[in-house]
Order: sequence, then structure tokens, then C-alpha cells
Amino acid sequence: MSNNIASGHLPQKEVNHLVRVISTMGLLPILLVIIVAALSIFEPRFLGIFNILNVLRETSFLAILAAGQMLVLIVGGFDLSVGAVVALSSTVMATVMANMLGIMPDDVGLVIFIGVAAGIGCGVVVGLVNGLCVAYLRVSPFMVTLGTLSIASGVALLLTNGIPVYGMPKVFVNGFGRALWLGLPTTVYVALTLVIIVWIIQRFTVLGRYIYAIGGNLQASQVSGVSTKRYLITAYTMCGALAAITGVLLTARVGSGQATLGGDIMMLQSIAAAVIAGVSLRGGIGRVELVTLGALFLSIVTNSMNLVRIDSKIQTIVLGVIVIFAVALEEYGNRRKIRE
Amino acid sequence: MYKDSDQVLDAVISSPANTGEEVPSSSILEMRGISKQFPGVLALDNVDFDLRRGEVHILFGENGAGKSTLINVIAGTFPPDKGTFRYDGKDISHLTPHRARVMGISPVFQEFSLIPNLTVEENLFLGRETSTTGFLRKKAMSARAAKVIEMLGFDLDPKKRVSSLSRAHQQMVEIAKALLADVRLLILDEPTASLTENETYKLFELIGRLKADGVGIIYVSHRMREIKEIGDRITVLRDGLKIETCNAADVGENELVELMTGRKIDVLFPKIDHKPAEKLLEINNLTLANHVVENVSIYARAGEITGIAGLVGCGKSELVRAVFGLEALEEGEIIVKGEQISHPRPDISLSKGVCYFPSDRVAEGLALERPIRENASMAALNLTDFSWMRVLKKLNERKLIQGIVDRLKLRPPNIERAVGNLSGGNRQKVMLARGLTRETDIFLFDEPTVGIDVGAKVEVYDLMKELVDNGAAIILVSSELPEVLNLSNRLYVMHRAKLVAELTGDDMTEQAVLSCFFQDEEANSKAGA
Repeated sequence: MSNNIASGHLPQKEVNHLVRVISTMGLLPILLVIIVAALSIFEPRFLGIFNILNVLRETSFLAILAAGQMLVLIVGGFDLSVGAVVALSSTVMATVMANMLGIMPDDVGLVIFIGVAAGIGCGVVVGLVNGLCVAYLRVSPFMVTLGTLSIASGVALLLTNGIPVYGMPKVFVNGFGRALWLGLPTTVYVALTLVIIVWIIQRFTVLGRYIYAIGGNLQASQVSGVSTKRYLITAYTMCGALAAITGVLLTARVGSGQATLGGDIMMLQSIAAAVIAGVSLRGGIGRVELVTLGALFLSIVTNSMNLVRIDSKIQTIVLGVIVIFAVALEEYGNRRKIRE
Repeated sequence: MYKDSDQVLDAVISSPANTGEEVPSSSILEMRGISKQFPGVLALDNVDFDLRRGEVHILFGENGAGKSTLINVIAGTFPPDKGTFRYDGKDISHLTPHRARVMGISPVFQEFSLIPNLTVEENLFLGRETSTTGFLRKKAMSARAAKVIEMLGFDLDPKKRVSSLSRAHQQMVEIAKALLADVRLLILDEPTASLTENETYKLFELIGRLKADGVGIIYVSHRMREIKEIGDRITVLRDGLKIETCNAADVGENELVELMTGRKIDVLFPKIDHKPAEKLLEINNLTLANHVVENVSIYARAGEITGIAGLVGCGKSELVRAVFGLEALEEGEIIVKGEQISHPRPDISLSKGVCYFPSDRVAEGLALERPIRENASMAALNLTDFSWMRVLKKLNERKLIQGIVDRLKLRPPNIERAVGNLSGGNRQKVMLARGLTRETDIFLFDEPTVGIDVGAKVEVYDLMKELVDNGAAIILVSSELPEVLNLSNRLYVMHRAKLVAELTGDDMTEQAVLSCFFQDEEANSKAGA
């Protein structure tokens, strides 16, 4: 890109064309290529196999979370509670598993099943509450999810007193959470499956079509006979469930249930990944395949900052800057579109 | 699909003023005693309405007469407060948009029910997608969409995104959407407002076919020509009341206008003594960045009202908005009192004595929660009358605003009431009060009488007369033809972003204006003059 600009003044028409391509595709693919190329040249550790697996694992967590966030953004809302749901599902699952294992030490399979179900169930409940409040009480998504954020993280802390919960079955941690299948972390497969499911929903199903329609124009959808409340609730519930699944995977990886997993940073990251990928904050626009690229981009940025030992406090500052920049870019693109 | 709920009380059955030749079952829709109250307005007051199979029933009335409320009740957008609703011989209550559609009621509103980011065919099927177990059958829908569009004879690409279409094309999508399902009652709200003559002709052909199939059509329009051409019966509404239902063949134009306005037309409009003096505002070859206005040149003189007529979406509003500094310009010049303004901005315009009254008073005009006083003084707080060193002079503010409000006959004249509690007419007066807080001599009125009752209208007109008598220049933008025809000294006509005519004196007739809309002669612009 810098070559282009250096080689002379571009005619206005080409600049417009460039802007249009960027606003439909997003800057992402370009940015990804640049950052990967730069890292490969300047930071040899980036291409180490251990580091790559690490990046993929982080990307997987974030991609699942951001896919849920994207669904809510598309219906024209947003979900601040996802980070807290990660913590809640982590602590609930670990607590359930540890207790169940004491009761039925031989039935490890059942223990894992119930524990995971409990963890995901937490996310479904929080998502459902979010959706019901937005759809029926017409409270703004900001306030509702801020409220459930507070509630979910409060419950998680109450449950654990802030102490990590150990005692999950070893198979679950070593055989799943930390395991590699065919050379890749198990989370990668889970994330890939979920992303493909969301992609299918978006492209091929009535549900996906309605989620776009509601975000595109709520009233028009209502007038067209779409039961908007039902689909609003569905979107929030899916978001909660996906956040809980992220919590389950993270917990399996870490090996203990922790009320500090997820948190504000992951919530911010999930919104950032979606917005970088061109998901509109006004609703109606967003594709999960691009959001996954957004998650990959953010994970690489974080990873590279870790590699060059940038202070984690500074990393959160960088994340904030990226979010604001991405939103500003989206607004700029919008204004160009209207003028055409 | 729907169940009849408990019988609504048949308390008010007034006998309709019909010709009375048909048996009740020929009516697909019968409404009795429908009332609907909105905050500050009784939008419908005990209205009876019926629609027969295979007829075109015209709804006629001024803006704010209750037409759109009535069609929204029929479409299930909101329930009436009172009254009975019989559809196809059954009493219906708790109607929702979805149920209405299932029963065969298809509305085509002026505000489109389209999703901008979806394609034409995705929009056509919205809410009733063809699917198997939740999966869309895209091919089947594409084929069906192509067939419907072809049948309608519309020039539409089903794969295009709606956001990239012109208003006329979006209108076609909306109509196609309404006709995709099995329609038994079609509602058309000014469907031709942005169609060309050829497209209008196709639409009328289609209406003929639907009539033959026994579809009942409710058609909202202001245009006499259309009313004469396709209407079977006409119901006239005024201020939420049903004035009369009559056969289209039995009434003349003047009679209709009289029924609509409730008074002889020359009483409604004050006699204005235009004394054109120097040009206060000149617009030369103005083109907007979004090309909603292309190469338009007009001027306005002190002591006269300059009218701009045109259909919805023709660019007439944007033209005056651009003068005030609310639209991005591409080229052309704007000259206010001899001084060229290259980048108009609302604050600059106000300081030059230009004032704009927006048509959408809620979205662009008023802070509904705040009192009348604050709304009225909002544009003048930087004047020394209202503040000193950025500190407000509240006493002075109260005194000045009270004076203006009294002059405008705002009732009740309590300036501490929140604007949200006021009726449409009083809200417009608050807007006018804001314009009168400063030295202003160029007034830009954008649809000044939309949504206000006849009494308030007369007062707005009287104020315009007063302003013109005192030597102000007024530009009046309006979709109400009688309004611009009667008040203007000179009348510009815009069509599809271009200026197509300038009419003066005896040339200013409804026929002359309408013919400008219908002949699509963009090249040979200026007629008349």
C-alpha cells in the first residue's frame, strides 16, 4: 500500500474504487498480509511451531466469542456481558464437575457431560435474559447487558470467592483441553465447526435472513410479518451460548474454573474483532468468515506484542486504539456510500 | 390461520351513506366507528369505511386528515381504540401486520418496508421465505421473483441491493412485494408519487387486472387525474372525521377540494399583496453532492412568496436545505443579499438573516422534552438579547419569547410547557417562533402545513402574509398543490432533481403543474415565465 502512495498521486476515481473495495472487503486481508510478512521478517520466533499453535488457539477462543457478538451486532444491539459469561460458565462448570466427581468417580463421561451442559446452560440463560429484556422490556442493549455483566461476574465471584476451582476430570483437561489432534489444538476444531455452523445459518437459513433483516430495518421486518422479538431473543441467546462455549474451552485449557477468565478484555476484543471485520454497529451487516479473520488479526497483534515484550497494560491501550480506529473507519465508509 | 376473538361490541352502527344497491357480502372490508387517539391528536374520530370486492376506493384528504392512520389500522400496524372491523364477513380484533398479510391484506406504504442491505428478491420474500426445515430455497425464490417482476413489467434487477436503487425503483419493489402473496385487499399509498408516466400506466393496467380478479383496492392519492381515471368511490377525510363517501363519477374537482378543505378555497388562503423588490437570494446552477438536485437556478425577492412545487423526492426540500447549509454541495453558487456563500452552514445562514423551517418538526426541529421557551430561543442564544458573556439572560428570554408566542396566538400561551405535549399546529408555531427571534428576512418554509389542522394552517398562512407585507422573502416548498398555487407569486416546478418550469400569473394552474410532472421533458426545462 505504501508503494502505491509513493509512486505518485492516484486519480480520484481510483481512490474511490479503493475506498469501495476496502469498505466491502474490509482492510483486514491487507492488514493481515502486512503484519504476517513484517513479523516473519523481524521476529523469527513468530513462525515457531509452538507460537503458531498458540496463536491458533487464541484465535479459536476469540473467533467463537466474536461470532456470537457479531450476531447481536447484526440485529442492531451489542452484548457487553460476553466476558462475564465466560467467567460464569467457567466457574459453574468447574464447580459442577468437581462436586459430581466426588459423588460418581467412575462415571467420568457423565460428569463431563453434565458439567459442560451446566456451563453452556449458564450462557443460554444469560443470553435469554438479555434477549427478553431487549425484545419485551425494550431496554437498551447497553443497559441490559451491562446489568447482566455485573450479575454474571458477581455470581462467578460469589461461587468461588475468587479462588480457582480445581478437581475437574483429568481426561477433560489433558485429553481434551490441552490435547492436540492431528497436530492441532482441539479448540481449533471446535471453533472451525462452530464458525461453519454460523456461516451456514447466515447464508442458507431463514433464521440468518431474519437476523440480517431485523438489523437492516426493524420496523420494515415487523411490517413484513417477521416475528422480530423471537429472532432478537434467538440472536442474544446464541451469543450467550457461544460465549459459554468459549468459557468451557478456556477452562479445559487452563485446568481450573476461574472467575477472572474472560472479563472486560475479551468483551472488548470480541467487539473489536467484529468491527474490524466490517460488522456494522448500525446493524444489518456482517459475515462470520470475516469476523474469524478479525479474530486472527487481533490474536496476531496481541501475540506479536507479547513476543516483543510490550507491557500488558500498554496492550490494552493498543486494543482501545484499534477499536476506535475501526469504528471511525466504518463511519467514514458509510459517509462515502451515501454520497455516491 | 387466525381465530376470531371475542365479539367486539357493535355499539355504534351508523348507517353508511352508500348507494345501497349491494348485499353486504360484496364488501370485503367493513369498518364502523373507528377512532384512534394519538398523544395530542384525535387522528380518527368515529370513521366508517367499507371496501367492496373489485373496486378502487380512493381515500382523499389533506395531510393529517387521518388517511395514513386509517390504512395503518387496516394493515394491522396499530389497533384502533374503538370500533368494529369486519373482514370477509368475520369480526377481527388484535390484528397484527403478520396476520393481516396472512389474510390477504397487502399494504404499500410511502415509507418503504424494505431492508436496504438485502437484495430485491430477498426483500420480496421477506417474512414468507420458501424453505425446507429452515433452509432457504434460493433457486425457487429467484425464479418466482423473476416471474413476478416480469408480470408487472417493471425494470428491476432482482439481484441488486435495495440500497443502490432509486426511489422509483424502490417503489416498484414495494409494489412487487405486496403482490407476491395472494392479495385480496391491496392498499396503495400515493404509489405514483415517484413513478414516470409509463410506469404509472403499467401500474394502472395492473390495477385493472386485480379489479377483475375481485381484489379490493384502497388508493390514497391527491391527483385529480388519477382519481378520475381509476377511482370507483371516494371517501373524503378531514381532521380525523369522515366527511363523505361518494361515487367518483358524481363529484367534480371543485366539490372534492371543498369537501377536503371544508371551506371555499379562497377563504382558506389569505389574499397576499406581493410587492416584489430586490433579489435577496439567488441560486445559480446548483448541484448537490448526492445529485438529488441538479443544475437548478432560482431566485427569491423581497416582498413576495416564491413557491417550489414537486412530487415527493424530487429534490425541492433538499434545494432549500442546501441553501441553509444542511446538504453537501457539488457545484453552483448561493448568493444571499449580494454576498456569495461558498460553504453554507446553519449558523452562518442564521447570522445572514436566513431561516429554515424543517418539514419533519420532530426529527429536525424540536426537543420534545424541553419547554416551549427553550425551543423557541435555541437559535438566538448567542444574541445579546439572550445572553451576555455566555451567561443566559433568562428574564429577557422569557419576556421576548412570550411576546412572540402571543403574536403567533399559541394556545395556551404558557411557554414553560414541554413541546411534546403540543399538537402539530402548535409545534409548528414554536418553530415559527424560533424563526422570529432573530432579524430574519429570508424564510425557507419546507412543507409548513404537514400534519397540522385547518385552523392552524390559516394562522401559518396569515403569518406568511404578514412577513411578506413587512418586506421579507419567502420560499415555500410544498407538495400540497393548492397551497403553493394560492400563496405564491411565482412558482417553480421541480421534477426528478431538475427545475422543469417557472410559472407566473395566470399560468399557475394545477393542470400546468401536473403536466410538468407527467411529461418527462428534462432537456427543454424552462417553460412559462
